[in-house]
Amino acid sequence: MGGIWLTALTFVPLLGAFAVLMQTEDRAIWRSAFVFSLIPLLISLYLFAAFDPHDGGYQFVEAYGWIPQFGISYHLGMDGISLFLVILTAILISLSILYSGGGDIEMRPREFCFFILLLETGLLGALLAVDLFLFYVFWEVMLVPMYFLIGIWGHGRKIYATFKFVLFTMLGSLLMLVAILYLVGAARAHLGYLTFDLPQLYHVPLTRTEARWLFAGFAIAFAIKVPMWPVHTWLPDAHTEAPTAGSVILAGVMLKMGTYGFLRFAIPLFPEAAIEATPLFMALAVIGIIYGALVAMVQPDLKRLVAYSSVSHLGFVMLGIFALDPQGVEGAIYQMLNHGLSTGGLFLLVGMIYLRRHTREISEFGGLWKSVPVYAAIFMVVMLSSIGLPGLNGFVGEFLILLGTFLGTAWWWFAAIAVAGIILGALYMLYAYERVMWGPITKAVNEGLPDLNRREVAVMVPLIVLMVLMGLYPRPLLSRMEPSVTVLLSRVHAAEAQDNRSPQKTGLQLAAHSRSQR
Amino acid sequence: MNVFNPSSINFAWLPILPLVAVAGGAIAVLLVGVRLQDEESEGLGFLALVSLLAAFILTLFTLGQNTLAFGGALATDDYSAFFELIIIAVAALTVGMSLQYVADAALAGAEFYGLVLFAAFGMMLMAAAGDLIIIFLGLETMSIAVYALAGFERRDPRSNEAAIKYFLLGAFSTGFLLYGIALVYGATGTIRLEPIRAALTSGLAANPLLLLGLGMMLIGFGFKVAAVPFHMWTPDAYEGAPTPVTAFMAVGVKLAAFAGFLRIFLVHLGPVSARWTMVLWVLAVLTMTIGNVNALVQTSIKRMLAYSAIAHAGYVMVGMAAAPAPSAGGAILYYLLGYAFASLGAFALVIALERARETHGLIADYRGLARTNPGLAAAMALFMLSLAGVPPLAGFVGKFYVFSAALSSGLVWLVIIAVLNSVISAYYYIGVIVAMYMQEGRIEVEQMSARPALLISIAVAVAGTVIIGIFPQPPMNASVNAFASAVGRPAIHATALLP
Repeated sequence: MGGIWLTALTFVPLLGAFAVLMQTEDRAIWRSAFVFSLIPLLISLYLFAAFDPHDGGYQFVEAYGWIPQFGISYHLGMDGISLFLVILTAILISLSILYSGGGDIEMRPREFCFFILLLETGLLGALLAVDLFLFYVFWEVMLVPMYFLIGIWGHGRKIYATFKFVLFTMLGSLLMLVAILYLVGAARAHLGYLTFDLPQLYHVPLTRTEARWLFAGFAIAFAIKVPMWPVHTWLPDAHTEAPTAGSVILAGVMLKMGTYGFLRFAIPLFPEAAIEATPLFMALAVIGIIYGALVAMVQPDLKRLVAYSSVSHLGFVMLGIFALDPQGVEGAIYQMLNHGLSTGGLFLLVGMIYLRRHTREISEFGGLWKSVPVYAAIFMVVMLSSIGLPGLNGFVGEFLILLGTFLGTAWWWFAAIAVAGIILGALYMLYAYERVMWGPITKAVNEGLPDLNRREVAVMVPLIVLMVLMGLYPRPLLSRMEPSVTVLLSRVHAAEAQDNRSPQKTGLQLAAHSRSQR
Repeated sequence: MNVFNPSSINFAWLPILPLVAVAGGAIAVLLVGVRLQDEESEGLGFLALVSLLAAFILTLFTLGQNTLAFGGALATDDYSAFFELIIIAVAALTVGMSLQYVADAALAGAEFYGLVLFAAFGMMLMAAAGDLIIIFLGLETMSIAVYALAGFERRDPRSNEAAIKYFLLGAFSTGFLLYGIALVYGATGTIRLEPIRAALTSGLAANPLLLLGLGMMLIGFGFKVAAVPFHMWTPDAYEGAPTPVTAFMAVGVKLAAFAGFLRIFLVHLGPVSARWTMVLWVLAVLTMTIGNVNALVQTSIKRMLAYSAIAHAGYVMVGMAAAPAPSAGGAILYYLLGYAFASLGAFALVIALERARETHGLIADYRGLARTNPGLAAAMALFMLSLAGVPPLAGFVGKFYVFSAALSSGLVWLVIIAVLNSVISAYYYIGVIVAMYMQEGRIEVEQMSARPALLISIAVAVAGTVIIGIFPQPPMNASVNAFASAVGRPAIHATALLP
């Protein structure tokens, strides 16, 4: 038992959501929402400090019966995989609220803060749940506020974007529900009792066909969320029409729920099926990398460009995950954080310029470096982090992923193609930057643009500090991820070993073996 | 010779006291109404509420009885109590929602509340029926009262149309049911449900007369629960009827019909379930799919809810197709409970907004409600999300239970179809939320504080939807117990709910 830290972390935002509803004055609304979003951030930082870096299992565990006759429990836990995503969530939510209070959201701020904080509860709960039922509940709960955020505070074809977003994700998650129910049924036949508890479901004997279907049920839900090519089509619409804070959270955290789902559920629950599906998923990931980059290159709209770059970046994460070796998976987790910071930052920056010019067309800009130098400088750092410049965080993640794919799998040439994605990424980003920032000022309106104000700088500075820190000194993060990743991979490789009818070589030995090769 | 022996009849009064209270209340309302002007109908509504409250309390006393009364004609078990309690609550909420409506539309209060109570009486009779004749009596008492209620706005042609359609098709379907009962009687030699089950287990299962009778009864019940392809009357009847009556039809009638349907098929025809689950499989798929797809294109809120009610009957039938699973019964009962709250709440909202300025009962009329009346909009959003099956609301847990029961009988494809249907349904439920929250409009609602009964009905529905969703264990236990008592075996542990 680890006290009530995780419960407090998860439900303080919910409390805050209702506290915000009580407020009437706009300033008080923003202030209380911000304070309530800082509390989970502080708690998560405390948990980072208190986290035992040598323990690969769940820490700060809380487990109580919820619907005992169904074996459903309120079971929360945190390990090296979820720890950093929790911190990222808390940071991005706080920054989103801070940013949105500065004039981005003027309509109905109370409801806006309510939904953002509700969303935070859903996100944190889904990251911390160790019970499949509980996870599913949070997974669906986070869908609802996001849908309101896009639908109410979005732009343009927001209704269309909302419907597309909801129907895509709901389709995936309901199929996952069927898979969960089937899995639990199979577990009951094996264990003799009902349970939705994740660790107990790891050892359910399934036939090969069953495992394949169940893996597919989970994988489709998560692949839609990631989103992997070809089920990515909801993403550009949702991103483009969402308000800035919505895009930040959607890209920064919600997409990670898909990749996190692979790491936490789909792969460890059905390792044999996952290994079988590796070539398929690596191929889809690489297609996503190249496709996303190519499409981003031709976008006339800055926000759509960033949205498509997400498809490309998330492809890297998936590639690292399915490398199924320590470097690849750690790199994938690292890249999830990088993408959260850099893409979150880019969406914020696009939002800031949209607020000034009410357009996001790249052709409307040009020469901004002269009129808004601070903005241009910050944009450059964030962009370079997104490209993966050595010294900034993006490089570490991409490097580890590529390394893992080269070393850990038989499909090294996927990594070779993926490298092309990095080059393309640099190309479209720099090209867009050039058109927006450099050259002469072509439009007169751009001349008198006000530069970033104090609040906007305050929003961006934490992101930049983290980008530099994570780029220069990744050790504190990687060391905390490592034990959990080892546990995960040992499970996968144990299944592989069993599959190859060589039970004398256990998964742990295999993992140790691959580690010694590093 | 087996002579009729009066002393063999077990006049246990307690089991029928709730029925007596409701019927007595109906008669009292009618009698008092003679002395009152139509404008003073609110007092009659309260009288009806009092009799329903009395019936509710009396029903609580019958909990745990599990006896047969009147020589087996009435079954007083937790199953009947479960449905009776919900039906009484539904009737009470209907009366609560109608108070203002009846007064505003200058309807004849005595007849209106009297008919609601008579219909509730019929419904309770169906829930407690121990033989086929009582089922039929209950069904007819309920139906005739509801036919009249559907046409209660005599000056509104749509209300007339609703009543005529409902009556003609309803009478036709009753014929099927009655014919089915006759055939089953012919095959088994009894109308009592317990002996029928005994006869089935002793090898009558393949009798063609019996199978024909089953088919006929299936059609009869299919009409009443609005299963496709017997659903044609539903949208028109629901749209034309006065809205409180629509709510009563969509929840009360459906629940009562399912109470009879489940008791006959799931409990007493359980031994021959292999003969009818396949039919229900097909009916469930048709009902869900056609209900949901039709609901997609509706512009009228009441028609949309009508098709949604059809679709929900389909989800319940998914549970029925899973009859061999011991958990199916409890899961269905829970599902119906969750459906009752959300559906009633949604109709209560429709009533609340009907009197807003410039409305035509369209979904588009709800535009901008979140701004003019955030409380009502939030309640409606909650009901829509529950009907769509979003956790942690009651609708989700209901689907969860029903789907797991179906999976445990190996109906994987049926569950996948049901799940895809849930995705379709999300589209139109969310359409209402989109209109309320994301589109500009100028719907203006009068002060809700002027209509406390309606407000209380909505609050009850909200509380029910949320509470039984977050704490599903107590209602689930009640459902499992209720179903087990009908089957006459000790309550199965809910852990048997999955394969």
